Amino acid sequence: MTSQVSSPAEQAEPAEQQGAPASVGGQRQPDGEAKEIRRLDRVIIRFAGDSGDGMQLTGDRFTSETASFGNDLSTLPNFPAEIRAPAGTLPGVSSFQLHFADHDILTPGDAPNVLVAMNPAALKANLPDVPPGAEIIVNTDEFTKRPMAKVGYDTSPLEDGSLDAYRVHPVPLTSLTIEALKDFGLSRKEAERSKNMFALGLLSWMYHRPTEGTEAFLRKKFAKKPQIAEANVTAFRAGWNFGETTEDFAVSYEVAPASAAFPPGTYRNISGNLALSYGLIAASRQADLPLYLGSYPITPASDILHELSRHKNFGVRTFQAEDEIAGIGAALGAAFGGSLAVTTTSGPGVALKSETIGLAVSLELPLLVVDIQRGGPSTGLPTKTEQADLLQAMYGRNGEAPVPIVAPCTPADCFDAALEAARIALTYRTPVFLLSDGYLANGSEPWRIPEVDELPDLRVQFATGPNHTLDDGTEVFWPYKRDPQTLARPWAVPGTPGLEHRIGGIEKQDGTGNISYDPANHDHMVRTRQAKVDGVQVPELTVDDPSGDAELLVLGWGSTYGPITAAVRRTRAAGHRVAQAHLRHLNPFPANLGEILTRYRKVVVPEMNLGQLATLIRARYLVDARSYTQVRGLPFKAEQLADVLKEAIDD
Amino acid sequence: MTETLEGSTTIEALSLVPKAEAKQSMKDFKSDQEVRWCPGCGDYAILAAVQGFMPELGLAKENIVFVSGIGCSSRFPYYMNTYGMHSIHGRAPAIATGLASSRRDLSVWVVTGDGDALSIGGNHLIHALRRNVNLKILLFNNRIYGLTKGQYSPTSEVGKVTKSTPMGSLDAPFNPVSLALGAEASFVARTVDSDRKHLTEVLRQAAAHPGTALVEIYQNCNIFNDGAFEVLKDKDQAQEAVIRLEHGRPIRFGADGAKGVVRDPDTGDLAVVTVTPENEDRILVHNAHQSSPTTAFALSRLADPHTLHHTPIGVFRNVERPVYDTQMSEQLDAAVEQRGKGDLGALLAGNDTWTVVG
Repeated sequence: MTSQVSSPAEQAEPAEQQGAPASVGGQRQPDGEAKEIRRLDRVIIRFAGDSGDGMQLTGDRFTSETASFGNDLSTLPNFPAEIRAPAGTLPGVSSFQLHFADHDILTPGDAPNVLVAMNPAALKANLPDVPPGAEIIVNTDEFTKRPMAKVGYDTSPLEDGSLDAYRVHPVPLTSLTIEALKDFGLSRKEAERSKNMFALGLLSWMYHRPTEGTEAFLRKKFAKKPQIAEANVTAFRAGWNFGETTEDFAVSYEVAPASAAFPPGTYRNISGNLALSYGLIAASRQADLPLYLGSYPITPASDILHELSRHKNFGVRTFQAEDEIAGIGAALGAAFGGSLAVTTTSGPGVALKSETIGLAVSLELPLLVVDIQRGGPSTGLPTKTEQADLLQAMYGRNGEAPVPIVAPCTPADCFDAALEAARIALTYRTPVFLLSDGYLANGSEPWRIPEVDELPDLRVQFATGPNHTLDDGTEVFWPYKRDPQTLARPWAVPGTPGLEHRIGGIEKQDGTGNISYDPANHDHMVRTRQAKVDGVQVPELTVDDPSGDAELLVLGWGSTYGPITAAVRRTRAAGHRVAQAHLRHLNPFPANLGEILTRYRKVVVPEMNLGQLATLIRARYLVDARSYTQVRGLPFKAEQLADVLKEAIDD
Repeated sequence: MTETLEGSTTIEALSLVPKAEAKQSMKDFKSDQEVRWCPGCGDYAILAAVQGFMPELGLAKENIVFVSGIGCSSRFPYYMNTYGMHSIHGRAPAIATGLASSRRDLSVWVVTGDGDALSIGGNHLIHALRRNVNLKILLFNNRIYGLTKGQYSPTSEVGKVTKSTPMGSLDAPFNPVSLALGAEASFVARTVDSDRKHLTEVLRQAAAHPGTALVEIYQNCNIFNDGAFEVLKDKDQAQEAVIRLEHGRPIRFGADGAKGVVRDPDTGDLAVVTVTPENEDRILVHNAHQSSPTTAFALSRLADPHTLHHTPIGVFRNVERPVYDTQMSEQLDAAVEQRGKGDLGALLAGNDTWTVVG
């Protein structure tokens, strides 16, 4: 019996509870022995090793193989902030969890069915997450005295019975890899480095993953070092063959493609930061404006800077500034000049950019501020996820400086959210926050590639001539004369004759834009800027309440969408009624949010902060929203949220 | 065009900026806003000089942008009938960098002060200079904080007694010209608010320079630091105090050019000497185009920060170096040449797809 039989307690989604494995036949081995193949509906694998062991690459490759096979999937990379923490230590452990299934899934999974532990530290750091009965593949070569002592193992966990509750596969990954590469003339150290590919080969065999993609990838990645490329391919194949021939691996598994889960279309796998980058390029094309990114490297946002820098043939200008302030400053300058301007950062960077965001509010120029949230305060947890910048985005400026906020809910949704943020910025001439987070940024999932002609039209009209007639009949240009519908001011870019004007951070007279310290005018301008943001048209909030008579509403925002939805499915499958709504627009809120909240007797708001949305909801709607929070740098687990919902229902 | 302008350089630096259709006058560059500096402020003279000089460039005024930070000088854009932005404290070089690097058809000017550029915005200034973005930075140095009513600034002399330093300031000041040279600036000049002719000539050379030009303008704050530069302005004293740098000319000053600058053969440092027939051929000939900034730096150290004796004015350094925004555009062009114009559909699809049939 394998651990990969779904037991309800370990399942994130009830659909999987039906999924008892079915034997689908045997493979005949060359020596005549048949290996059993079992069919599973879903699997959660975690690769864990030292930060130098290449676990992220291994996870990425397994993900690509899985995506091209057509499973639904969700990933959770988890790595330390140090590039190379001391080798073999607990803080240096890097892991990559992948959940894949033959049906629609929403999270990277609560607990792994299979743990690949490349060293004692990886085993020790990850074991608490592994449920009894799960399979553990360990690299026995690393379980020697010193590496074990480093993490406090007095006796070998492989021999002292402490892993009796698991199905352990002891594999000397390092020595097998070195043996497989002995003809390559590589040093021991060089050969050892391919052990992650050996592990990937083994897992690829276990789960019937296609292998051509990985081999092609390795040859391309090491194109300049063909010997290393071949060594990696050889290690990868050796791992595959090891699974097929060794008795210890008697069973392999099939997880069928999730064809029914996906609407028709062409799909690819995509991470949040990549989807967001593509969303920005698409917005630039749809707006017919050049894209300008002003940015300073910061984890976990830097990938967007890297990605956009690769697409200069789309007219994308990327400017790596001297600091966060200059990053947004340059973007704002480009916005004044008529670019679709963007700055990308994380929480600490937002703190530094605050004054310039305030200036953008005052100048009323379009500007996207992309915040890939991470654990705070201060430097906090640079590589871990959190949702604790909501109030910073909402209120973190001097004076009354309202800024619209858009939050994507899944990695692929970062594409649409970027387009939506651009729409608001361009239509209303305002800075807009796009609040992603580390989990969305690095996590990935299948994405139905949109047709270019289904993307929204974001074209804007620059001002071209006078827009006001003085009492004496003179035609003039007033930079702060607003569109009566949107309250947006005209965007008159330098180079337009006759519209020369000056804008600045000092309060200006409505209409003319001239400096004004008049009390009544200031009151009017503060209220007008607020009214403009309050009036941003956002889609109504939809509620998922299948029975129509739930008493409990669970309300979330941003990246908690996956775990909340998984928990809701689980709760409903257990026979309970629960309604779910998820906010994409945090400022302004959808117009019907207040009405929705009054429909439910109980409202639970799960967040990866100490209750920031709950605070806003309670203040705005006088609703007794219950906050459920976690700030562990990791996404919620579906099981844990389901318990919270159950408690709220019973309460 | 004047002698000091190399014709080709002028054309190159402004070649992408559209020309004015008609002849312009100073009046065309005056905005309708009432100028609100204190009466007697040196800023008036600088404003008049700039407004007076602009028609000479003959650029379409809608393609000229003035960007400023915060401080008295930073009100400047409001008074220019061009496009303008009065931004936030210290950040004008960053904002102007974004504008200039995205719009090469604009002539972008930054107006800043000693506090704005050297204190709160020091980082942006040095990085703009090293990048060599096509910006002209006018640094109004009055050696005091005016808008906040009279605290010492990063260019104030040591021991300055102000409201925040009743027992005298302790900080050693910056020398903006030395700082700019150290930051790899390709064009560095110094001039004085009251010397309109000199100021205009420096602006002329700055405008013609491809890349970042830093022009330090000594400016009198008659309210909080009156007479700070009097020694450079008073006819009798100025002759001995001011060293006028002219490219290609021996560096001589004083009555009848009685004094000159020589290089000490032992230390390589520069020194002021009384010119004699014996040392006349050792007098340094100013070369603003020298690729090494060493001599320009040595010149910038001649002035005594307290008395301002031996203060060089004019263009210290004027060399050609790759211009950031030009190169940025060239990379875009090269990317299109190598890979073709971006195809969004192909980008979104990538290389690794699968199809689900309904």
